[in-house]
Amino acid sequence: MGISISNISKSYKNVKALQNISFDVKPNELFGLIGPDGAGKTTLFRILTTLLFPDQGTATVAGFDVVGDYKEIRKNVGYMPGRFSLYQDLTVEENLNFFATIFGTTIDENYDLIKDIYVQIEPFKDRRAGKLSGGMKQKLALSCALIHKPKVLFLDEPTTGVDPVSRKEFWEMLKRLQQKGITILVSTPYMDEAALCDRVALIQDGKILQIDTPKAIVKHYPKPIYNVRSNNMYQLIRSLKDYEFNHSIYPFGEFVHYTDSRTDFNPKELQKYLEAQNLSDIEIEQTEATIEDTFMELAK
Amino acid sequence: MKRFIGFIKKEFYHIFRDRRSLFILFGMPIAQILLFGFAITNEINNVDIAILDHSKDNTTEEIINKIAASKYFSIKQMITREADIASVFQKGQVKAVLNFEKDFGRNLVKDHKATIQIITDATDPNTANTITNYVNAILQQYQKELNKDITIAYQIMPQTRMVYNPELKSVYMFVPGVMTIILMLVSAMMTSISITREKELGTMEILLVSPLKPFQVIIGKVIPYIFLSIINAVVIVMLSIFIFNMPVQGSLFLLGLESVLFIITSLALGILISTISATQQTAMMISLMGLMLPVILLSGFIFPISSMPMLLQIISNIIPAKWFIIILKAIMLKGVGMQFIWKETLILLGMTVFFIALSVKKYKIRLE
Repeated sequence: MGISISNISKSYKNVKALQNISFDVKPNELFGLIGPDGAGKTTLFRILTTLLFPDQGTATVAGFDVVGDYKEIRKNVGYMPGRFSLYQDLTVEENLNFFATIFGTTIDENYDLIKDIYVQIEPFKDRRAGKLSGGMKQKLALSCALIHKPKVLFLDEPTTGVDPVSRKEFWEMLKRLQQKGITILVSTPYMDEAALCDRVALIQDGKILQIDTPKAIVKHYPKPIYNVRSNNMYQLIRSLKDYEFNHSIYPFGEFVHYTDSRTDFNPKELQKYLEAQNLSDIEIEQTEATIEDTFMELAK
Repeated sequence: MKRFIGFIKKEFYHIFRDRRSLFILFGMPIAQILLFGFAITNEINNVDIAILDHSKDNTTEEIINKIAASKYFSIKQMITREADIASVFQKGQVKAVLNFEKDFGRNLVKDHKATIQIITDATDPNTANTITNYVNAILQQYQKELNKDITIAYQIMPQTRMVYNPELKSVYMFVPGVMTIILMLVSAMMTSISITREKELGTMEILLVSPLKPFQVIIGKVIPYIFLSIINAVVIVMLSIFIFNMPVQGSLFLLGLESVLFIITSLALGILISTISATQQTAMMISLMGLMLPVILLSGFIFPISSMPMLLQIISNIIPAKWFIIILKAIMLKGVGMQFIWKETLILLGMTVFFIALSVKKYKIRLE
């Protein structure tokens, strides 16, 4: 009852949006599709939700073929597009009611499924959807996508443009939905959200870079990685870039994630070099790779 | 069925919450019918004229009185010199000047012939023409009265009778035309906009990924507008009956049925437009340019089709509005029944079926 994708390709005029994509999402899995804008995430979602034909390859969702059995898929999946796509001139309650009705159900019938989410926006149920905040819009959209108790849920960048607190709440909700037996495919450009998935696929330029559990992905990071910090971030990055042994340098919050090209790297050497560059308060310590580091390494 | 009703309910929410479309729906018909009925008219009333009477005898006085007594003219001023004619026109004070020759009355009796010059301001040719005709009519009437005791041998007496609109009221011509334009625009434009709005806002994406079938979406979109257009048609007919005294000679029931048919034709066109346009803007432009212009120019509403070049006459046949105007005029003015308009009705019906079939075929069940 999961999703199975094999050798899917899709091109627009002269852009190859997806190139020979294959992976499976197991039933009841929370699967993340991680990649930057333009990686092909939305195209893949649209193929799986039967909105686009693949140029090549086949895919099944909940056991149904995305081309031949599109009608069955449309009855059995919930889809939340990347752009807020509810009726802005309808109230929260009217929107939810409408989507319940067109799927042949009622709010009461599946209330327990959306309860956790809906209670948070229920106080605003008479407000027009267009007047809701970003986080509340997403909660409403999720409620609408869930109201017919779908077997598979497709969420295309559900947390883009949502504040950090709401994002965290949103992912907690997804975890709870997963416990209710729903298979979830979610895409996000935020690497920190990847760690919350059971498995993730890293995607860039229409190609899958790696598929694994977030832990395994991080574990397979090939090099020791160091947090480097100093009094002057800008100068630090410039100095590191000039350092002849650098392998990768990525700013990461208050630190710079640094890897060295040598196998016998000694942080003290680097410290000396940086001090010679007139930097002070230098800290260098080994840290654990994140999915973002892996992504950057793979995308190199 | 419940899904369907839910969908229609949603459509009504959209319509009633969008002030702009509500205004187009109900404001435009009323404004247009009043505008066409009152302002844009070929009739003349109380036209200001000036009179230059070189004769000043009983005859001219009688004629002047007759003219003054008619509701068409009001005599604004009497001028005394030929030179004043140009200046009153230039000032725009009058639309026409009547110039009686010297010894008008005497000439009429002596020579059986007298001359009056009718000078009109032809910057507006239609009005000038009408003024001339009206003055002529008054003069002829006067002549008849003078000659009533005399019999002249060999005389052709044309007896003209304008049937169906004896008073040549322009409102009789405008009402069917305006009704056609409004029903067409409201139905076609509003449906095409409401369908493309779903595309533009991305809600179509969600509707597609739902068990709703394409025809349910289309019919669900159309039904509210059928309902509103019928209200519109009723408003227009009421306005024309009660404000402009437009007669409806034929059966109101038949008129209603034919209107519903034409509304459905227009809605089908609207759906077709929505399948080929991606944004509300495009849909609106196509509706306005592609429907309004042909309806005004080629439907026989303003310009008679029979006097168009052959090519345009042929093109006019594919315009649904042409057939509906023929039907409307037949029912409202001639009072005929179905046996005289079945052909036009059948053509409209055929077009409707064609448009619906085409749009169902073109309606995309996917995004591409």
